Amino acid sequence: MRAYVPKDDVQAKAYYTDRYYVAPQVPKSDVSTDEVFSADLEAIKAKFEVIDSFIQMGQMVVYINAKDNYGVLELMRDELKYTQLSEMSAIDWLAKENKFEIFYQMLSMHKRKRIRIKMFIENGQAVNSVEKLFRSADWSEREMFDMFGIEANNHPFMKRILMPYDWQGFPLLKTYPLEGDEFAAWYEVDKIYGKEARDIIGPELRDTSRVDRYDSERFARLGHEVPKGTKITGNEPKTEQSYQEEGGVFLIKKFDKESSVVVDDPQR
Amino acid sequence: MAQHKINYTQDGGLPVALTSIDKIVNWGRSNSLWALTYGLACCGIEMMASGASRFDFDRYGTIFRASPRQADVMIVAGTLTKKHAEFIKRLYDQMTEPRWVISMGSCANTGGMFNTYATVQGADRIIPVDLYLPGCAPRPETLQYGVMLLQKKIRENKAGNAQRPKRLM
Repeated sequence: MRAYVPKDDVQAKAYYTDRYYVAPQVPKSDVSTDEVFSADLEAIKAKFEVIDSFIQMGQMVVYINAKDNYGVLELMRDELKYTQLSEMSAIDWLAKENKFEIFYQMLSMHKRKRIRIKMFIENGQAVNSVEKLFRSADWSEREMFDMFGIEANNHPFMKRILMPYDWQGFPLLKTYPLEGDEFAAWYEVDKIYGKEARDIIGPELRDTSRVDRYDSERFARLGHEVPKGTKITGNEPKTEQSYQEEGGVFLIKKFDKESSVVVDDPQR
Repeated sequence: MAQHKINYTQDGGLPVALTSIDKIVNWGRSNSLWALTYGLACCGIEMMASGASRFDFDRYGTIFRASPRQADVMIVAGTLTKKHAEFIKRLYDQMTEPRWVISMGSCANTGGMFNTYATVQGADRIIPVDLYLPGCAPRPETLQYGVMLLQKKIRENKAGNAQRPKRLM
């Protein structure tokens, strides 16, 4: 048995790893513990194959085959009174088992219950659209296509929804870099000015905290500004902050602090 | 004598001011800077506050216009996404010259905290920018000061048609 190590200051150690760490899971309970859910599950099982089912956080989770998704949701809407599809999307498990997990979060206002229908699809496989059953699936399925590249068959308008139509790549995949790939980095330059403009405009500066005090093209020292392109020596004189020229401006009266009145009496 | 009447006893008895063409044209340009309504994100709220009665852009002659064809200055207030990049270029091209651009806030300046695939890392990758306002979001006072600095910049220009149009490339 290993000696006990206090886990209070885990965050203080950036590279702390526990070899025997098991990710905590929300406890699952059997479906038979809830009357409403067990009746719903029986109704689904009567017509479709159910791979797994349990209750988690007071909500039933049902795993089904991907080909049954339209039928199961139709059954739930028309016969089991789960009339709302509050959310749907996909989860990327490509690295682990080369599969996507798709979930449909259903809500019944009649029973005050929520059921999550889940299914696995292979990479590259399409799903059946449930847009005919729930209007909310229209944009959700487009977003799923936009972010993961999962197409929905029989969808009326299977196009990207968030990214531009001519975008390449699917940004919510785990393999997609957060700062974008080559295509994303040059997207706006290529589209507006053409590829030949890349040399002129230059690559993106991704380090936004980067300051080069000797570069007067892009940076200026506050209070010691010099004209663009000047060679910085470090002995720049202090510049006066002003919004008007020294001699005043034609036809414009300069604000005079002395002659202005400061109202400091709130009861005036 | 009624107060609104001209006092002929001053300025040699004539209601005349002598100046140069450059000055009178730049006086007109700098004091009627009509801005394009262009709030892209939360900086747009500060821009609206600058226009409303507490800060009151009308004092500067800065009036927000909903059309680029009537605008002189584009205040890029907010996060510029890559999807929107072509539209900001089109709106900029539709503005009549002379035209100016104020990049308001960290997102428009450098992409700010959105160091992601979907955000343009600085509006100056698309259009030439005259003035960068730091802040997240900048206070209305910053925008007011920025407009005054832009007025100062305009007054330093020549008024003639020989003014070279600004191009990114």
